[in-house]
Amino acid sequence: MESVALIFGPDGWGNLLLEGAVVTVLLAVTTIPFGFGGGLLLAVLKGSKNRLLRAGCESYTTFFRGIPDLLSLFLVYFGLQALIDWLSRTLGLPFHLEVNAFVAGVVALSVVVAAYSSEVWVSAINAVPVGQIEAALSLGLTRRQTFRLVVMPQLLRVALPGLGNIWTILLKDTSLISTLAVMDLLRAASEASRFTRQPLLFYSVATLMYLVISIASGLIQSHLERRANRAYA
Amino acid sequence: MAALQAWFPLLFNFSLLDEYGWRLVSGLIITVKVVGISCALGFLLAYPICLARMSSNRILSNVAMGYVTFFRGTPLLCQLYLVYYGAGQIRPELTSMGLWLFFREAYFCCIFAFALNTAAYQSEIMRGALASVPKGQIEAAKALGLSQYAIARHVVWPQAMLVAVRPFGNELITVIKASALTAIVTLLDLMGQTRFVFARTFDFSIYLYCAIIYLVMTETIRRVLGAIERRLSRHMVVNAEVPMKTRGLVLARFRRATS
Repeated sequence: MESVALIFGPDGWGNLLLEGAVVTVLLAVTTIPFGFGGGLLLAVLKGSKNRLLRAGCESYTTFFRGIPDLLSLFLVYFGLQALIDWLSRTLGLPFHLEVNAFVAGVVALSVVVAAYSSEVWVSAINAVPVGQIEAALSLGLTRRQTFRLVVMPQLLRVALPGLGNIWTILLKDTSLISTLAVMDLLRAASEASRFTRQPLLFYSVATLMYLVISIASGLIQSHLERRANRAYA
Repeated sequence: MAALQAWFPLLFNFSLLDEYGWRLVSGLIITVKVVGISCALGFLLAYPICLARMSSNRILSNVAMGYVTFFRGTPLLCQLYLVYYGAGQIRPELTSMGLWLFFREAYFCCIFAFALNTAAYQSEIMRGALASVPKGQIEAAKALGLSQYAIARHVVWPQAMLVAVRPFGNELITVIKASALTAIVTLLDLMGQTRFVFARTFDFSIYLYCAIIYLVMTETIRRVLGAIERRLSRHMVVNAEVPMKTRGLVLARFRRATS
């Protein structure tokens, strides 16, 4: 009973946890366009004719795939701050620019997600038969139409399961941002448990909320995959 | 270029290693211990979970599925907090059960949480690998009169292993990377020592050294894995690996076809 009051009561921590959950989802969703888009860009550049560019993209992927996500976050977070400090010093700005923790978190997560997703995009690109492109072009479609109407749907179909996996990783990786200064679900739970000395309760609730989020996103994923596959049923 | 010259000594400060190198080494040892022990325990735990998941008993397989869903669907950091801080809250109960000595140490809490977590992933790998062996193979072996053990030893496992090598290796890499989380619950592993040194010196390069060490570990494992996989699949005609050079071929051709 006491624990119910701690969460749902007038002075309960339920609101903070809910807000934290919203921040967690927002973090993940905001990262998606940058992370997946960056990954696609990397994948395209890995097929470039320029050897240097190709090697650069490969080593980017190897680096961020090979080190702990937590370390990537720290590198980007502190690196970003150091870079901005250095820039404002060289440019002689009279004020001190502080990186917003949420923004830094999104940047850091995007850097990691781009590295992970580029692998998925590469194998998806390789899976699209060249004949499809040739056929589309010979039918008189423009380059842009060919990419949007012929290549992209097939690319997405192949890439979706892999991207779904990365989304799941991303969702869980947002919890690492709680070690910076963002009030996400995990940090909200930490605050609550430090205040009430009930870590078991609040971390259990937070874990269950994560579980609900990931089960829900799993359902959305399988719906999207069905949709992308409807031509192949 | 001038910017690079200004940055380089900032990025790589070698005198730092003289003073704090031993910290990285001792951290690395802790990391290897945590990873090794929890992966081995996870493997032992994964087999019964996998069997339960594949069992025809509905309750048993649902429980196993619930376990796997729980550990794969929630962040490891959250699970770690639950174990580490949760244990502190039920200290009297744990003491009376004689378990407090175990849960008092961040080191054991980490191993505990990691083993449970990786067991969930490893059981799924096993399940996938065992399911990938065609039923006909087992039926044929039975028809030839092979014993249960002989079927497992000579028919199922060699074929399942081939499928499982890469996912298992990837899981090992995942655990190595995840082991950095132990630093958050005060364990002085490689990441923990790095944070300690950074807090003392504010020298950013220590993070780069740390990154290089992790990178060497994970890349080595990835390459060794590739070799093992090639060796195990040497009897197969088609090696599934796509050569690096054909990567981006479609795009290159796309560009040529459209220009």
